[in-house]
Amino acid sequence: MPTQAKIAALDGLHTFPRLLLHHASTRPGAPAIREKSLGIWQTWTWFDVAERARALACGLAELGFKRGDNLAIIGDNRPHLYMMMAAAQCLGGVPVPLYQDAVAAEMLFVLQDAGVRFAIVEDQEQVDKLLEIKDQLPALEHIIYDDPRGMRHYNQTFLHDVHELMEMGRIHDRNHPDFLNREIEQGHFDDVSVMLYTSGTTGKPKGVCQTHASFIAAARGGIEVDRLTADEDILSYLPMAWVGDHLFSFAQAMVAGFTINCPESGETVMTDLREIGPTYYFAPPRVFEGLLTSVMIRMEDAGKIKQKLFHHFMDVAKRCGADILDGKPVSAGDRLQYALGNLLVYGPLRNVLGMNRIRVAYTAGAAIGPELFSFYRSIGINLKQLYGQTETCAYVCLQPDGHVKSDTVGAPAPGVEIKIADNGEVLVKGPMLLKGYYQRPDATAESINADGYFLTGDAGFLDADGQLKIIDRAKDVGKLTNGGMFAPNYIENKLKFFQFIKEVVCFGNERDMVCAFVNIDVGAVGNWAERRGIAYAGYTDLAGKPQVLELIRECVEEVNAALAGDAMVADSQVHRFLVLHKELDPDDDELTRTRKVRRNFVSEKYKVLIDALYEGKASQFIETEVKFEDGRRGKVSADLKIVDAKTFPVAGKTA
Amino acid sequence: MSRKIGDVILDLQNISLRFGGVKALTDISFDIREHEVRAIIGPNGAGKSSMLNVINGVYHPQEGKIFYRGEERRKMEPHMAASTGIARTFQNIALFKGMSVLDNIMTGRNLKMKTNILLQALWLGPAQKEEIEHRRKVEEIIDFLEIQHIRKTPVGRLPYGLQKRVDLGRALAMEPQILLLDEPMAGMNVEEKQDMCRFILDVNDQFGTTIVLIEHDMGVVMDISDRVVVLDYGKKIGDGVPDEVRSNPEVIKAYLGAGH
Repeated sequence: MPTQAKIAALDGLHTFPRLLLHHASTRPGAPAIREKSLGIWQTWTWFDVAERARALACGLAELGFKRGDNLAIIGDNRPHLYMMMAAAQCLGGVPVPLYQDAVAAEMLFVLQDAGVRFAIVEDQEQVDKLLEIKDQLPALEHIIYDDPRGMRHYNQTFLHDVHELMEMGRIHDRNHPDFLNREIEQGHFDDVSVMLYTSGTTGKPKGVCQTHASFIAAARGGIEVDRLTADEDILSYLPMAWVGDHLFSFAQAMVAGFTINCPESGETVMTDLREIGPTYYFAPPRVFEGLLTSVMIRMEDAGKIKQKLFHHFMDVAKRCGADILDGKPVSAGDRLQYALGNLLVYGPLRNVLGMNRIRVAYTAGAAIGPELFSFYRSIGINLKQLYGQTETCAYVCLQPDGHVKSDTVGAPAPGVEIKIADNGEVLVKGPMLLKGYYQRPDATAESINADGYFLTGDAGFLDADGQLKIIDRAKDVGKLTNGGMFAPNYIENKLKFFQFIKEVVCFGNERDMVCAFVNIDVGAVGNWAERRGIAYAGYTDLAGKPQVLELIRECVEEVNAALAGDAMVADSQVHRFLVLHKELDPDDDELTRTRKVRRNFVSEKYKVLIDALYEGKASQFIETEVKFEDGRRGKVSADLKIVDAKTFPVAGKTA
Repeated sequence: MSRKIGDVILDLQNISLRFGGVKALTDISFDIREHEVRAIIGPNGAGKSSMLNVINGVYHPQEGKIFYRGEERRKMEPHMAASTGIARTFQNIALFKGMSVLDNIMTGRNLKMKTNILLQALWLGPAQKEEIEHRRKVEEIIDFLEIQHIRKTPVGRLPYGLQKRVDLGRALAMEPQILLLDEPMAGMNVEEKQDMCRFILDVNDQFGTTIVLIEHDMGVVMDISDRVVVLDYGKKIGDGVPDEVRSNPEVIKAYLGAGH
């Protein structure tokens, strides 16, 4: 592969141990890892990290760790665990990070599958888990622990304190001074550098083998796009077993040489964030949402003047903040207002959020609401989205600065080729692709096609600017009778971003148009109704009010207009909808316990309503049995009005 | 567990305590060995808290002798007990509500501070060095009790279970040899109780602290104590390892209320 050859040519920095030695020799005093311990941030320089990784590697070798062995890593983000990754790689071994909150039985499969002989764990809790299943793990020979607390009475000879291991390693290193360098020199860029297990929501977890070359390529690409330097600070708080943490906190930190910061404990992350003030940050959408909610709640409790100030400048930010961030032309008056707002509101707010120094922030993993997304951008936080999966080192698309849209996941990253299959599935190819699934050639063959493209399982398309839009899981995507694509989750998510809409179920597979059931958000709509003096008795009553139907129609039409802008999904515009007379409820089996709609169950149960939607009726009577929380049963009935929503002609196509 | 239980550290002989005509404790004798977890149990009003107050010098028994490390103890004030290495927590939390967790635990170091108040106020040379040393110790306790996230939070804003943990932290800051815990688990839910049990056992195990505890939850007492003394109406009705005490008919009677 040409890209890999290029990496190999770069000063020989084609494996992670070589990168580590490079930083340790060229900038030994620069901070590599910080950890808050006893209330104070302690720093390990690149020299310290290299020295410790060396001691750990030699210690592992002394215990019998060999090239090709897998090393399980279980625990929160701790400096020694990151160093241990590099130590295993020095010896040509493969670190296998596991999700630290999994119970022993869940870890068993991965530990067996990977044939783990060595494990490093954080503390007594994790040691106990491994001891619990040790009988079923005949291959497991040594367990090393980082935190000695509570370990005094464990006298099993296969348990080792990490400091003992380092001591052992230092002696080994003195006796065999050339040993480790020879081992590092044997490392090849095409060796597996890490094995990350997929979550296994569909079947058994699979070990994704990634090479030094692929993770280094992914790291370099990201660094290039965002112009990351050795001066970045990142807070490493997401699970080490997750591909994103491995990319940001390990691969990119090793390539760019920036500093990773390990929080004191899981509960102090928010405080640690404020103290460190990272320049580079990642969080899933729910974290951003939680932060915004807490800001809004505290604003409601603030004094009148502060509230006025806040709302005024938030309006200014909404109008021009994102454009200023993108470097687009903005009038001088707005610029002045924004500068004032920055001084009075945005700056202090960013400071409270711990985001004052952020140059680049990313979110991924779920769809993020456009309002939420633009809130952060408008106050000057460069929040962007990315797209990728474990099999692609979380490196497929990145939003480049200046071209950020809330509804795409960005443009293909440098070196990545994207192709859309006939069924709408996104296919990707590039240097970051997995080497294969561990001991699963069958699964590897299934996921990579004859042309070398990885099948992501996501359906999407490239928009007019060449940015990728992910619309749904490929298996959920259906077809309308006219051949247009029907992507239910995509439409439903768009509708659910409106605060008035709580749940939506769309229909359209093998039908001539898309219709929808809507559940209103009784809190938001209730509030809206009260302010307009509309009296209502409860959910069913509120849901049937003509004004409410009108409100929802406006939302639907807004979404239709947005859908019409994209030829790919334009046929998915919602033609007719109704507002259900009851909330979908897990107690009535309509939702799963994690509140996902059980599509098939709902369409069976409300078949009469679906028929009414497609037969063009103006209303339909329905009576439904419901279970109350105390176990009683009752009936809810209503005459549901069916609303026709305006649809829009597709750009470049006649409706 | 391979904890070593040592010699008798505190020996109470024939203790009687009266408040006017009310007999709180009558002729009670028991001992506490170094490094053990010693529980005092009994129904309400049995005299458990009075017993604890005798041990740390708040009450002075009219009769009886107390031997601490083999020497008879004279009448003394609570702060003297504290300086001899006896610390306690309270049934009704007695923390400074407006102060942060850190500052509250820091107050536990007060007896250990050697420099004078003027130097401390001016934050000069030796006082500065001393405070850094104490702060380090306090941070170790914060780490030990896993309360890093509330380090700077005023105690009054914390839920009850956490306040109890801070109370324990303050007692630990004295680096006591004997730690008296007055109902450390009262009013806690199951999870908080489990946490507290773990911390008590960890303190005992890691620092070798001798622990005397009053507790109502029998399950907890039987699980974590090495020996249990049972009081009823100010008299001792049982003493021994948990299994002995459990099968003692007197104790069963007191707890089941038969005959009253």
